[in-house]
Amino acid sequence: MATYLEFIQQNEERDGVRFSWNVWPSSRLEATRMVVPLACLLTPLKERLDLPPVQYEPVLCSRPTCKAVLNPLCQVDYRAKLWACNFCFQRNQFPPAYAGISEVNQPAELMPQFSTIEYIVQRGPQTPLIFLYVVDTCLEEEDLQALKESLQMSLSLLPPDALVGLITFGRMVQVHELSCEGISKSYVFRGTKDLTAKQIQDMLGLSRPAVPMQQGRPLQTPEQPVISSRFLQPVHKIDMNLTDLLGELQRDPWPVTQGKRPLRSTGVALSIAVGLLEGTFPNTGARIMLFTGGPPTQGPGMVVGDELKTPIRSWHDIEKDNARFMKKATKHYETLAHRSAANGHCIDIYACALDQTGLLEMKCCANLTGGHMVMGDSFNTSLFKQTFQRVFSKGYNGEFRMAFGANLDVKTSRELKIAGAIGPCISLNAKGPCVSENELGIGGTSQWKICSLDPSTTLAIYFEVVNQHNAPIPQGGRGAVQFVTHYQHSSTQKRIRVTTIARNWADAQTQLQHIEAAFDQEAAAVLMARLGVYRAESEEGPDVLRWLDRQLIRLCQKFGQYNKDDPNSFRLSESFSLYPQFIFHLRRSPFLQVFNNSPDESSYYRHHFARQDLTQSLIMIQPILYAYSFHGPPEPVLLDSGSILPDRILLMDTFFQIVIYLGETIAQWQKAGYQDMPEYENFKHLLQAPLDDAQEILQTRFPMPRYIHTEHGGSQARFLLSKVNPSQTHNNLYAWGQESGAPILTDDVSLQVFMDHLKKLAVSSAS
Amino acid sequence: MEHACCCRGHNTWNEKIAIMSQQGYVAAPPYSQSQPGIGGFGPPSSSIHYGHYGDPNSSYSAPPPGVSKSAVPFGSPAPVGPPPPGAQQFSPTSFQNGSGTPGQQPHRFQGPSPPSNTGPSYAPFSHQSPAAFPSTAPASPPAQLADQLSSMQINSYGPGAAPGSAVAPGHPAPFQGPRLLPPGQQQMALPPAAQLPPPPANSANGLGAQPVLPPVARQGAVPAPGPPNPNLQHLPGQPPGPGYHPQQANYGPQMAASQLSYPGAFPGGPAQLSGPPQKKLDPDSIPSPIQVIENDKAARGGQVYATNTRGQVPPLVTTNCVIQDQGHASPRYLRCSTYCFPLTADMARQARIPLAAVIQPFAAVPPSETPLYVVNHGESGPIRCNRCKAYMCPFMQFIEGGRRYQCGFCACINDVPPFFFQHLDHVGRRIDHYERPELSLGSYEYVATLDYCRDKKPPKPPAFIFMIDVSYRNIKSGLVKLICDELKTLLDKLPREEQEESSAIRVGFVTYNKVLHFFNVKSSLAQPQMMVVTDVAEVFVPLLDGFLVDFEESRSVVTNLLDQIPELFADTNESETIFAPVIQAGMEALKAAECAGKLFIFHSSLPTAEAPGKLKNRDDKKLLNTDKEKTLFQPQGNYEALAKDCVANGCCVNLFLFPNQYMDVASMGLVTMYTGGTLYKYNNFQLDTDSPQFLSDLRKDLQKKMGFDATMRVRTSTGFRATDFFGAIYMNNTTDVEMAAVDCDKAVTVEFKHDDKLNEDTGALIQCAVLYTSMSGQRRIRIHNLGLNCSSQLADVYRTCETDALINFFAKSAFKAILSQPLKTVRDILMNQTAHMLACYKKNCASPAAVSQLILPDTMKVLPVYMNCLLKSCVLAGRPEIPTDERAFHRQLVMAMGVADTQLYFYPLLLPIHSLDLKSDAVPGAVRCSEERLSEGGAFLLANGLSMFLWLGASVSPELIQGLFNVPSFAHISTEATSLPNLDNPFSKKLKHILEQIQSQKPYTMKVTAFCLSSFFILVQRNVPGLAKTYQWL
Repeated sequence: MATYLEFIQQNEERDGVRFSWNVWPSSRLEATRMVVPLACLLTPLKERLDLPPVQYEPVLCSRPTCKAVLNPLCQVDYRAKLWACNFCFQRNQFPPAYAGISEVNQPAELMPQFSTIEYIVQRGPQTPLIFLYVVDTCLEEEDLQALKESLQMSLSLLPPDALVGLITFGRMVQVHELSCEGISKSYVFRGTKDLTAKQIQDMLGLSRPAVPMQQGRPLQTPEQPVISSRFLQPVHKIDMNLTDLLGELQRDPWPVTQGKRPLRSTGVALSIAVGLLEGTFPNTGARIMLFTGGPPTQGPGMVVGDELKTPIRSWHDIEKDNARFMKKATKHYETLAHRSAANGHCIDIYACALDQTGLLEMKCCANLTGGHMVMGDSFNTSLFKQTFQRVFSKGYNGEFRMAFGANLDVKTSRELKIAGAIGPCISLNAKGPCVSENELGIGGTSQWKICSLDPSTTLAIYFEVVNQHNAPIPQGGRGAVQFVTHYQHSSTQKRIRVTTIARNWADAQTQLQHIEAAFDQEAAAVLMARLGVYRAESEEGPDVLRWLDRQLIRLCQKFGQYNKDDPNSFRLSESFSLYPQFIFHLRRSPFLQVFNNSPDESSYYRHHFARQDLTQSLIMIQPILYAYSFHGPPEPVLLDSGSILPDRILLMDTFFQIVIYLGETIAQWQKAGYQDMPEYENFKHLLQAPLDDAQEILQTRFPMPRYIHTEHGGSQARFLLSKVNPSQTHNNLYAWGQESGAPILTDDVSLQVFMDHLKKLAVSSAS
Repeated sequence: MEHACCCRGHNTWNEKIAIMSQQGYVAAPPYSQSQPGIGGFGPPSSSIHYGHYGDPNSSYSAPPPGVSKSAVPFGSPAPVGPPPPGAQQFSPTSFQNGSGTPGQQPHRFQGPSPPSNTGPSYAPFSHQSPAAFPSTAPASPPAQLADQLSSMQINSYGPGAAPGSAVAPGHPAPFQGPRLLPPGQQQMALPPAAQLPPPPANSANGLGAQPVLPPVARQGAVPAPGPPNPNLQHLPGQPPGPGYHPQQANYGPQMAASQLSYPGAFPGGPAQLSGPPQKKLDPDSIPSPIQVIENDKAARGGQVYATNTRGQVPPLVTTNCVIQDQGHASPRYLRCSTYCFPLTADMARQARIPLAAVIQPFAAVPPSETPLYVVNHGESGPIRCNRCKAYMCPFMQFIEGGRRYQCGFCACINDVPPFFFQHLDHVGRRIDHYERPELSLGSYEYVATLDYCRDKKPPKPPAFIFMIDVSYRNIKSGLVKLICDELKTLLDKLPREEQEESSAIRVGFVTYNKVLHFFNVKSSLAQPQMMVVTDVAEVFVPLLDGFLVDFEESRSVVTNLLDQIPELFADTNESETIFAPVIQAGMEALKAAECAGKLFIFHSSLPTAEAPGKLKNRDDKKLLNTDKEKTLFQPQGNYEALAKDCVANGCCVNLFLFPNQYMDVASMGLVTMYTGGTLYKYNNFQLDTDSPQFLSDLRKDLQKKMGFDATMRVRTSTGFRATDFFGAIYMNNTTDVEMAAVDCDKAVTVEFKHDDKLNEDTGALIQCAVLYTSMSGQRRIRIHNLGLNCSSQLADVYRTCETDALINFFAKSAFKAILSQPLKTVRDILMNQTAHMLACYKKNCASPAAVSQLILPDTMKVLPVYMNCLLKSCVLAGRPEIPTDERAFHRQLVMAMGVADTQLYFYPLLLPIHSLDLKSDAVPGAVRCSEERLSEGGAFLLANGLSMFLWLGASVSPELIQGLFNVPSFAHISTEATSLPNLDNPFSKKLKHILEQIQSQKPYTMKVTAFCLSSFFILVQRNVPGLAKTYQWL
């Protein structure tokens, strides 16, 4: 048998799915003893070059509670033209179009290599994509200028028939009417008054004219070119107008007195944006793109007062329950996020400021709707500019890497139930026979809505084995899971992607080694991490850490080989060997540690962690460290202080940051200018190599990481030093007696200490 | 002065109207008895009332005996106290002035007024009364009316029944027959009755009296023809005579009272004419305002009037002269009701002459007079008395060699600040007396320091915000385009200080229908930006920078905007409007910009859109002449609070209304009134006919010199103080008069009361200080000082009375009072007080011999006439055909008027056009404003300050018609055509010239309306049954 590693990889490539366990324990009891839940990471729209979509509708199981899609795992009676649903065992007639079906003439969905298949559905009207810019004008002149340019640039990246709208805000909120000639017209709202959707629509004059469009079909016919909303117009028509309008955007004209923050009505602006789309284009793909340069300072959703002398809340304040506006603001944004999500609109947040901007309160807007969250220092940085440009990047087939209004439906065979999902989604509250009562993440449903997703968007889906111990699974029986994702493609087509997977059952008592061998420790680490981060949102940090530790210890107890009370005898099999290390780094990661991070940063990190695919997530948990030296080709090295050597250049990728670190000697050489001497050209190449590699990462990653170039002793070196395992510290420096490596001035435990403790606890008979 | 002088020595002008009624004497005795009423309770009670108009606790609500009695039907036994002897004397004889001969007033007046031909005099009297009767009917339902009527009828019927002079037989019947009233009671009834009837009555009467004008007479006669006396009495209850209807049609023109026009169709009219003509009171026997005016012109016109003497009575407002400030404020700024105050409160109470001053602090002065000097006392600000805070002025007495000065107001002795020190000369006057305006002039200005500024910050230049209603109607009527086009040129003429190159005033633009549109017209923009505010429940200003701009700088953007506005809304179908949020928005904008300013709102419909300040149509004719009539003048909604906010923020609201139906002017105009703004109203606005008037108003208003964010304080010397203020003002407390803005036409009338004995030596001093922001954004204090005399002789007081100012005061106080009291009460009070003033004069100052004569003080000769006009003004005399809005409108205008304006308003100018002297430039001499002056062969021009009417008699010369209208004859004049064509001939040019002359100096542009044959209009009034009655009880 090919190794499980290959199997896992194959599966991931084909289906975009990674399970924590690839052989499933066959009873509820055994499953719970596995410690790591049966779960998977699903990338619904994983880019697949070899997957041409089929141009017809899927065949569904006729049982109303099932409606599973015909798939390669179904048993087919070619003579009777019947197929049996592998989830509910309902026997179904093929539709008339399948009359010619036979063993040699199979439709694609029955072929094993099409366990993932995509259908293009011609149902319903197609609506153009909608982009609604919500722009903060309380910016420094330079910032605003940069932002205006970015926005103007983005117009050229939009599909020409996309609808765009513009809302600007400062002390007031202005909704710009885009179709005016000769005079630019906008509707202005007070930034302090919370308005209901109805009020907003009344005030914008949308209530009456929009009536025919209320049913979610604003465009009755695709050829109807004019949309009756004055605020959302096709790009190709108002390209020039909007460019001019953006060009004339002024900074918020209201005076800001000394010692005050500008009054920024982010809350109302978002509320209006949501209300506007809600009234005009419900249930169609739309992006609300919020660009903000500071915290909301007035009205609903305010995060901090306008007095500069009161700083914005910190974790310290929050712990002490000292953040006066937080709860109210969070509630405001949550309400908005839910409304927006219910209508299938996503909210992006591009926050660029040196101080916090209230992402903590606003995070749900992006989290629940699948929107992007980008945090930068200024709009005038390449970090923002390129990230923003990348929002509109196109995939290999020239299509936007974005999809809208996805509806993920999960079906399981009867031994499994669905416990929940963690990712940029909201529950659709679809109760059904396969929904577990135990919730992990967003549970209680078998369907989730993901308002916006891209090819890398990944959800963690947790299952529960419900098969009773005494109800053996028939020999060769396999458990199956089907993921059905309805979504609006960026080309405005409606599509359905169906992924059906199956795994073997195994009796944990007799076949534990199979199960053990089929453990996917990477997926497991990410899945556990997501659970931990999800918990951390609502629980105290230490509780989450304790829970993680306990899970780890139990896992080691279960799968480690050891003699009782003999830590030295402790061994873990290969398929588990990295897991404790992942957990060690996870414990130190900004996802669970708030120390040294602002609440905004934590929200930002967690946001991305909850949506990236497995590889990226792992990088986030345990950053990658590459070493460049004259001693050999670039090599990955341990994320350890011991890897920091004077004659090395290190490249660290933490997902959020790319750090290039020149060792002491290298830095001195560079200062001496050797790279410029023809005889030391190799040194020049050495210096260049990590830069090129970094560039490669920078090119592809979204959001663009912060790029840090530093050297031994540089202040920015802290980014590296804080990540590496502190194997050498000021406490044990001399104990090691080596010159290699750099001591880290920290009291944090090192991996070594952590492992020692773990072993001790795992083998302890007391627990 | 002795009455002797008045009556005899100088009796030239001393009129004594004795209305004789021989047979009347049947009636007369009762009158006399009634007199006691006056004597007995009248004075005390009513005098008190008057002062307390505004006061809810005042005796009005619970009428004092005197009043109540009058109100009580006659049935009640005469509770009247024993008639004072004096009173009795009167009654027996009411007298005509000497001359019964019609036409020649002058003669008559000159004549010492012998008991005179009773016959003739009587006749007119009687004649009038019938006329009066019908008109009264609608006005006063209560029984008293009937009563009066009955009494009047005596006269009227007398003639009717016994056309001969012998009315006598007639009388008794009406009196006794119907009512069986004891004479005394009847009289009681009379006084009040008298007040009511006159207004309508007079107008009717006037006509009736004139043989020339049959139609009118008919009206008067309507009731008369058939019915015997008893019927008459019922008449009051009947619906108003149909004769009034036509007026509705005319309601546009402002002079309601004057407008009555009677359709020829009026039935029965002619028939009635027949009866009365022979016996009427000759209207000419009544003092002629025209004569008074002309005399004053002759005596003082064109001369220099120096204000160097305390208590000197200035020329009449109608007299042109050059006024030289020599220590007292020019009468243009400050005009008093009397220039000699009674020494004590008792005296004042006795005379009941209102002690009032009409202050027009920013009055325009002709170029021949010096503008005000500006005084700068440097950083410490103007020098003021430490105790009473009066400003340094000519009334300060320097003592101790100039080191100290004694305040003329409170007598406090203050140190002279070192920088201000100056030695005194041998008469104790500072050497620099004539170098310093504040020592030698009555009016001047101080530069204010930061202490006088809002928040201690120098004010910013004011702003004008134009707020245009762009609802369907205004777009369709072309009004929006008209305004926009006009503004393009008009904005170049924003007012500025004399010495400045360009105006500092910034401008902003808002349009609105159901929502508000603000415009960003920042000069750096390529095109204007429109910002729509839909949240009308809580209006706010969406922008700051770019909203208020310098027109020069933003000219291209503004012009662009004004070009676009009509197009932007060209296809609007929004017909609902908001109003309060518009004002709110303007105010917030000024507040945000931290400046004072003026809003120009152009509005055309009742604001019915769902928003604050939403109004509903509450016009209800049924309320007329009921106690609830006053509610028609009270504002709906929360406009008062809005007004308060506006005043607090220095936001003046100018309102241009273009109604074609009820618009609730009482509510909509409230903010305008409280903020010192001006209200303009163009009924049924038609672009082609009305735009000249509107544009002229707009131009004039925009260019007016004015002060912003003003606070006025009136300080007085000890012994009396200002107690009541009337005008387009807002008062937060009892002393500070706040005005968001004050322009050259706005006047505040102040009433003074004694609180101690005055001092004859020091006189009564008044200092009016207005703190304001000038058009260039400077903070200034304008000071007007005036010294009055005091006297223990009532005669002195009477001799220095100023009737025009008195009428101004009476009008304003009455118009204010109608908000809280039934109109009838208000009218009663006016009547009572007039009667009392005159009675007091007669009693105390006039020659005792003339027992039965009505003796008028020289200075008050025309008071009864004017008072009659006031009583008949459309505000006080509610008639169903006068739209409520019109009344509210007039009420508001009058509240802000200065003396000259009220004079013209209440006594319109009537010019005979048919006798134009084409060669001279002079305006023809006015004639008495009375219907009987109109002749069929003549053409007359009537102007009241708000509108002008051209009346053409049926047989006016074709030459004139051709000249004016370019049509061959009277018959060719289209009844529709109401405007004059511009023709190149002497008639037309001359008339235009006259119109211009009349128009100049008047705040409102008057639209000329021509009336032809069939349509008739009734002049304000002028003759005097009502008056007669007034006198009767004297």
